[in-house]
Amino acid sequence: MFSFSDVRAGYNNSEILKGISFNIQKGDFAGIIGPNGSGKTTLLRAATKAIRPFSGEVFLEGKNLAGMSLKELATIMAVVPQDTAFMFPFKVIDVVLMGRIPYINRFGFESRKDLRVALEALEFVDALHLKDRFIDELSGGERQRAIIAKAIAQEPKILFLDEPTTHLDINHQVQIFELLRRMNKESGLTIVAILHDLNLASDYCDKLILLSDGMIKSKGDPKEVLNYKTIEEAYKTVVIVKENPLTSRPHIFLVKNNGTRAAN
Amino acid sequence: MLVICLLALIILNIFIGAVKVPVSKIFEPAFFEIFKLRLLRALLAVAAGAGLSVAGVILQTVLRNPLAEPYVLGVSSGAGLGAVIGLLFVSLGIGVNITAFLGGVITIALVYKLAKIDGRMTSENMIIAGIVVNGFLSSILMFLISNSSSGNIHSVIWWLLGNLQAYKIAPVLTLFLASLAGFLVSFVFSRELNAISLGEEEARHLGIDIEKVKIILLGVATFVTSLAVSVCGIIGFTGLMMPHIARRLTGPDHRLLLPASVLMGSIFLLLCDIFSKTILAPKEVPIGVITSFIGVPFFIYVLKKSRKAYFK
Repeated sequence: MFSFSDVRAGYNNSEILKGISFNIQKGDFAGIIGPNGSGKTTLLRAATKAIRPFSGEVFLEGKNLAGMSLKELATIMAVVPQDTAFMFPFKVIDVVLMGRIPYINRFGFESRKDLRVALEALEFVDALHLKDRFIDELSGGERQRAIIAKAIAQEPKILFLDEPTTHLDINHQVQIFELLRRMNKESGLTIVAILHDLNLASDYCDKLILLSDGMIKSKGDPKEVLNYKTIEEAYKTVVIVKENPLTSRPHIFLVKNNGTRAAN
Repeated sequence: MLVICLLALIILNIFIGAVKVPVSKIFEPAFFEIFKLRLLRALLAVAAGAGLSVAGVILQTVLRNPLAEPYVLGVSSGAGLGAVIGLLFVSLGIGVNITAFLGGVITIALVYKLAKIDGRMTSENMIIAGIVVNGFLSSILMFLISNSSSGNIHSVIWWLLGNLQAYKIAPVLTLFLASLAGFLVSFVFSRELNAISLGEEEARHLGIDIEKVKIILLGVATFVTSLAVSVCGIIGFTGLMMPHIARRLTGPDHRLLLPASVLMGSIFLLLCDIFSKTILAPKEVPIGVITSFIGVPFFIYVLKKSRKAYFK
């Protein structure tokens, strides 16, 4: 339902994505991983029409993204950024209602249905009790849940997240990922997440795409992608990969002192 | 509430001034002339206050900066310079309104370009760009004024400091309609403005064509500001203060914030005008002097607060 076909993209004259192709099926929980500067953010920007690819195509639900309006795109794909900077103190419910913007025409007000969808979204992320609080009073985890509720209120078919838990502690990280898993399993929502933390990616994603230097280094299920050779080549860091006894997914351990590895 | 307050102030404003006008005598010819002038003046205060406040709301949200406003950004000075050029070179045959608008557009484009470093525009960069451009524009302005042989230098300076006294209905009406149009256009874009408050990327993800919306709204803000400057000179800080005060009343939703700011702006300029007429009566203090006097401490307050609250 969401695919890149030989996409080359970047800024001005520098090409950052150097021919990316992948295909994400409906109901997938996919992770995009890779070192800094490997092109993860550029991929997000190409997928959300923030930049136009130099060549190649992006398809969403069988339609070419190039021929899709931003408004139409917003009803199919919702995006959750790393962190949202709130300039003014909106109430949580008002923020979630903004998720309905793609559905409301310019001169209309939110309908009863819009309000219902927004309240349901808040309930789903377990944040209904926060609806009348001001967004800037919330903790980082609560705020991110409100932002996810806004994305759900868009009633998307695919949710794209950009390192959604980077600024959160482990408790909130797990909360958010459990929430995403629930959305994926219960509602069949397709999820694509750019992730830094390889172990979270391994535990929660069914499919991983490893980017390195603007190209796809490896893709497949976590066991295929997360082996020590591939990771070492992509990240230029020595690691050991063992099975996580709880999830039986690969778990990555960092090895200190690259230089002494030969002695092992 | 605000509407009642506004109407009361319009009436109060009309009856305050160097010459006392008794209510019973306003239809006597001599007093009627004064009454007419005062009415024009009060209406101009309403129109200018509304327009500058709309511009302030737009600039603060679109530039995502609580300190943005036409005067701080240099748009007012740009429009002022444009207007002076239009006045001095009447032979060009271009209207003062148009040269003022051109001045405003060039200024905002320049400040925007200067303030944006690596695609990001911080509060500090924006203020610095505004100061630099303001300084540059003032020097050109001073050059033009000091080299002008025309006898109306005093009136040019007086006008630049902000002057709400209109003698004809046409400019008042023009500004009134421009402010109204500016308000209506930005009101229609309320939802977009709300979304932009969350960030440009976020607004795009909600299906908003951010570049188009930005150009339209910055154009509206510049247009209204320029017209206000060409009619009543440079009145600073109104566009900074009113949105903040209105936000306290209504919250950040632009569907409420815009009307509230417009009313507050009109009320504020009517009040300042009453001060301007009374403090040194029968002499007048230029209204721009009064708004700056109140505005600068307010600016410092917002600057301090914005460090803590707005950009986390």
